[in-house]
Parts: sequence; structure tokens; C-alpha cells
Amino acid sequence: MRVMSEEILKISNIHVSVEETEIIKGLSLTINKGEVHAIMGRNGSGKSTLANVLMGHPAYQITSGEITYYNQPLEELEVYERARAGMFLSFQYPSVLPGVKVGTFLKKSIEAVRGEPVKQKDFRNQLKAAMALLDMDRSFWSRYVNDGFSGGEKKRLEILQLVLLQPSLAILDETDSGLDIDALKIVSKGINQVVPQAGCIVITHYQRLLEHVKADCVHVMIDGRIVKSGGPDLAHKLEDQGYDWLEVDA
Amino acid sequence: MSDEAREIVGDYRYGFHDEENSTIRFDNGLSEQVVRDISAIKNEPEWMTDIRVKAYHHFVEREMPKWGNPEVLKNIDFEAITYFLRSTNATKDDWKDVPEDIQNTFDKVGLREAEGTWLGGITAQYDSEAVYHSIREDLESQGVIFLDMDSGLREHPELVKKYFGKVVPHSDNKFAALNTAVWSGGSFLYIPKGVHVEMPVQAYFRINAENMGQFERTLILADEGSSVHYIEGCTAPSYSSTALHSAVVELIAMDGAKIRYSTIQNWSNNVLNLVTKRAHAMKNSTVEWIDSNIGSGLTMKYPAILLKGEGSHAEVVSVAYAGKEQHQDTGAKVHHLAANTTSNIISKSISKDGGRSTYRGMLQVMPKAHNCRSKIVCDALMLDPDSRSDTYPTMEIGNSSADLEHEASVSKVSGDQLFYLMSRGFSEQEAMGLIVNGFFEPFTRELPSDYAVEMNKLLNIKMEGSIG
Repeated sequence: MRVMSEEILKISNIHVSVEETEIIKGLSLTINKGEVHAIMGRNGSGKSTLANVLMGHPAYQITSGEITYYNQPLEELEVYERARAGMFLSFQYPSVLPGVKVGTFLKKSIEAVRGEPVKQKDFRNQLKAAMALLDMDRSFWSRYVNDGFSGGEKKRLEILQLVLLQPSLAILDETDSGLDIDALKIVSKGINQVVPQAGCIVITHYQRLLEHVKADCVHVMIDGRIVKSGGPDLAHKLEDQGYDWLEVDA
Repeated sequence: MSDEAREIVGDYRYGFHDEENSTIRFDNGLSEQVVRDISAIKNEPEWMTDIRVKAYHHFVEREMPKWGNPEVLKNIDFEAITYFLRSTNATKDDWKDVPEDIQNTFDKVGLREAEGTWLGGITAQYDSEAVYHSIREDLESQGVIFLDMDSGLREHPELVKKYFGKVVPHSDNKFAALNTAVWSGGSFLYIPKGVHVEMPVQAYFRINAENMGQFERTLILADEGSSVHYIEGCTAPSYSSTALHSAVVELIAMDGAKIRYSTIQNWSNNVLNLVTKRAHAMKNSTVEWIDSNIGSGLTMKYPAILLKGEGSHAEVVSVAYAGKEQHQDTGAKVHHLAANTTSNIISKSISKDGGRSTYRGMLQVMPKAHNCRSKIVCDALMLDPDSRSDTYPTMEIGNSSADLEHEASVSKVSGDQLFYLMSRGFSEQEAMGLIVNGFFEPFTRELPSDYAVEMNKLLNIKMEGSIG
């Protein structure tokens, strides 16, 4: 039982444009600690835009409305400051970093986010534990970040970062797409491990991830707006009936 | 570092200089007499004096190279350079006997720490000559000879006479002629048959005086079945006037031998670095040039390997970083003269803040060299639109059985990569640093780990203050 809800993120009626084209057209959402919010919708409905704008991608402009993170305006923070303040985005298409080893990248990232050096030994232990949780092979850490990775490997590396960085707000942009059922279970384990301490936004096309990750709320986005919110049942209904019935409402 | 100091030396960490306490300093300028005086001061045998004088006349008559950066070359004032400067009367084998400021300098560049931990021997050259030298006893007792070149000539004249100028003749190019005329210092290294030198040996070249010309000469002989890793580092103070560094390096890997030659070149931007490096690889031998050019205003250097013996192998990994007011004109030359020889060339360059990097390569396969294989990969990374990168690969293939691969790419840092890294807590500058370090990884992974770390730090310093 939650004694009192701790607000992490509050989005108040934002409008977002990319190169003069409005993608998000008035969206509000509040995320409290320990809550999982699933955002579902078709391609082009603005889900990924929401993820990018939260993390501060420079191509996205908030033309009106406001986002606060722990009651502070988010707009003032640079991308890396958002990461250091505890925000995390699991990318739909993570970048390839040729020549940058996974181990080096993860250690430096932890140090950057925490703002202090991490002992090699402590890092190794954390990494080993996290990799064991996600059933990842040790050979991973000497490979170059996402270089020659399969789609599933890229997603696992995103979740490995999620587990190591222990964010306060996790945004997962279609982390489940392209995963087989075993990988999906493993990825879910990672998500569930951070959820109790974090607010979580899960962007997905499919209901199946929500069989493994318990969502408190399910929101449906159509054309840059949340048109419907509900409990996990809503995800089932979408799976069965698609989005057409909502478009009539919208 | 104070703001004022940073203004003068920029982000260059080694731009400090010691007060000059030379015991001998020649007046600026070059003549036959200067060449003869250098030889006389060193009490050289007559044959060496003759080589020097002959080379001097060739230098005077020889045209400037037409490649590289003819504009800069044209403006070199050879009369404004000091051709010989002696800082201490003898090369010492105990740091305590080296003047304190010079000791401190080699401390600051990290040489003394490395000496104590993982090097088999070092030579520290300060302006024209070596001021300090050491070699581990176990290497000496195995017959390894590691000396500064002046001592090499004194103590092993027969070996030097036999090989000096055989790989790089004085008539090779104008700057090889200049070096042959006025050479001073450098390394002489001989590895006896079958000896494997496990710990690398290092030479460090430091220019201290203003308007200095440093002309070290290095000769490495790896006898049959032996192996060695030689490392050189170089730095200089930042002055407003030009300094000239023009070295000649000759390597001979005899049958079955292996030589790895690693360079971390980090001259200040007022140094013109015009160097000739070449190796002969005999039967089943391997020669590797691991060459980095981070500093200098202009570098023209194309480490070469002549694969003379069947089954020999050439490896060149070369990286260049061209920042503001820098031109790195570098590359590699491999000549397949014998059958079943193989070569690998990896060249990586970064241009930033209007810097210019040029890859100039030569791959030659002679008609009688059957079944040769070669792979060349050239990657250039541009960090801003003001910078420049050019590639001039030349191939002369005289034997149709050759198996050749050539890949070239020019890339930019993508906005997606930066966003991804920044979302993981890295500032834009840190993100750029990581991308740059990653780009150079094929080079740094070939270095001993301490130097790889040092190299990455160096690159990160170069990246500082360059964005925004």
C-alpha cells in the first residue's frame, strides 16, 4: 500500500513541433514513483516524439505547455543534465559507437551520471550481477557498442544500462519490438528490477510486454493526443479490437 | 595552468620550456663549415664526415618536395634554424647527474615513471643530443645494443658503416639529405639472433630551445629470428617561431625477425615535422609501423616498408589528428618486391577547427612478386565543416596474382550519436571525446596500455574547448 505518491514527472498540455510540423497536440500526463504507464498507439501517433522530447532531443520544440521533473521545469536542463538528474531513455534505435567498448562505455556512463569515479572492482561486480540478471554473455563487454549487434542484442544492452544506471524516470521506447519471447521475458526482468524506485513510461505496440510488466495505467495516443486512459484491460481490448473504435471517439 | 599561459600554449600540455643552459650552441644558419663542425665536435671518423658533406651538397641542390604542403615548405628559412645545441657534456646513466630542470622536464612528460615500471631501456634526447640513457642489465647480457646514435657510431663503427644510409640514402629526398648532413642523436639498436626483447625500449625526443632544428638519426637492426618493440615520443615548447624536426629512421628486419616501431608524435604547432622512415623486411620477417601524429604545424611522413624477402609481412597503423592550423600529410608506402608477401594498412584521420589531414599512400607490387595480398583501409572523420580531408592513394600493380582490397570512408559525427551519448550523462565535449577515442581504437589497442591511456587523455585535451 502506497502511503503517499511521490510525483516525478508532470506533463501539462504540451504541444511539440519538429521543423514547424506539430506532432504532439496537447498532451498531459503525471507519473509517480513506482508507477508504470504504458503508452500505446499506431506508428506516427507521436509516441517516440514524446520519448525524445522528454530526453531533450534538440530537433523537437515545445511550443506551449510545460514539463516538470521533481517540480522543476525540465526545459532548462541540457540532455546530459537530465541524465545526471536520473532520467533514462531506452532507445528504439540505439547508435553504433565504433571502437568504444561496452565495458568502457558503461563505466564512464555510470561515472558521468553519478558525478564521481567508480572503482574498477565495484563496477565489475555490478556489471557481472546485472549481466547475470539479463542472461548476457561476458564477451559482451569487450565488444564495441552496438557494432554488429542484432536487434535483440541492442535492446538488451539498453536494458543493461537501465539496470546499471538505476534512474528515477525510465522511458522505454519500443524496447519490446523485435524480441522473441525469451528475450522479452529477460528484458521485462530488467524493467521490473528498477520499477519500484522509479517512474516508468513504456512505449509499445503490443500488449504482450504488459503480460510481464505490470502497468498501472495504459494510455492510447492518436494523432498527438492521449485519447483514452485506463487499466491493463485497455491493452487487452486494443489487442483484440485495434484502434479504430477509438478513432471514432477522437 | 593560468588563463594567460593557456592563451599562449592553447590546450597543448607540453608547451613549457626550460631556461637554456647550453654548453655549445651554434649560430643559426647552415653551411658546409657547420656540417664539418658538427662532425668535428663529435670526433667522427672521416668517412662519416665525407657522407655528411656529400649529403649537404645534395641538400643545397635538391628541389623541395612538390607534394605535401609546398606553400609551407617554400617559406622555411633554413638560415633561421640552429643546427647543433649541446646541453650536457656527456650522456648520463644516472638521472642524478642530469641537470635538474632537464630531469623535471622528462618527469613531466612521463618518461621517468615509465622507465621504472615497464620499459627495457630508454634514451632521452634533449635538443641535439641524448642526455640520459639506460638499458636493463638482462638485455645487455643477451647482447642487445641500445645506444644513442652518436655512441653507436663511436662504439660500433663497423655496424654503423655497413648499414647507415642503406635503407634511406641521402639522395632520397631533400630532408633526408639535410638529416644526413647534420644528424645528431637518435637511437642505435641491435638485437642479436633469436633474442626476443619482451619489454619495449623507448626513445624520447624533446626540443627545448627556440629555433631549434632536431635531426636525430635512428638505425634498428633486428637479427635473424629476433623481436623488439621500439617506442618513440616527442614534444616541444610552444614558441612563435618555427622549429624544424627532420629525422631519418632506418629499420632492417632480417630473416624471421619482427620489429614494431610505435610513435606518439605530439610536437607543438610551431614545429615542422618532416621525417623519412623506411624499413627493409627480409624473408618471413614482420615490420610494423604504429604511427600517430597528433601535434606539429605540418607533418609530412609516410612510413615505408620494402618487403624484400619471401613471406614477409608489413603492417602500418597510422592515425592523425589535424586541429586548428595543423596539416597532417601522412600515410604509408608498401613495396611488395618478393612473392607471398602480405601487407595491411590502416589509416585514420580526424580533422577539426579548420585542420587539414591528407592520406598519401603508395602500394606497389613488382612483376615477379607472385601471390601477394594487401588490404588498405582509410577512414577520415570530420568534426566540423571548416576542416578538410583528402586521400591520394597510388597503386602500381605489376603482378596479376595480387589480391588487393581497398576501402575508404569519410564520415561525420552524427547528431544521433551525440544525442545517444548525452542521454547517458556525457556532455557534448565528453561525447565527442568518446567518439574520437573510439575512432582511434585500432591504433591505441596496439599500444602498451599505459600509452593507450595517455593517448586517449591527449585526444581528450585536444577536444577541450573546441566545441560550442
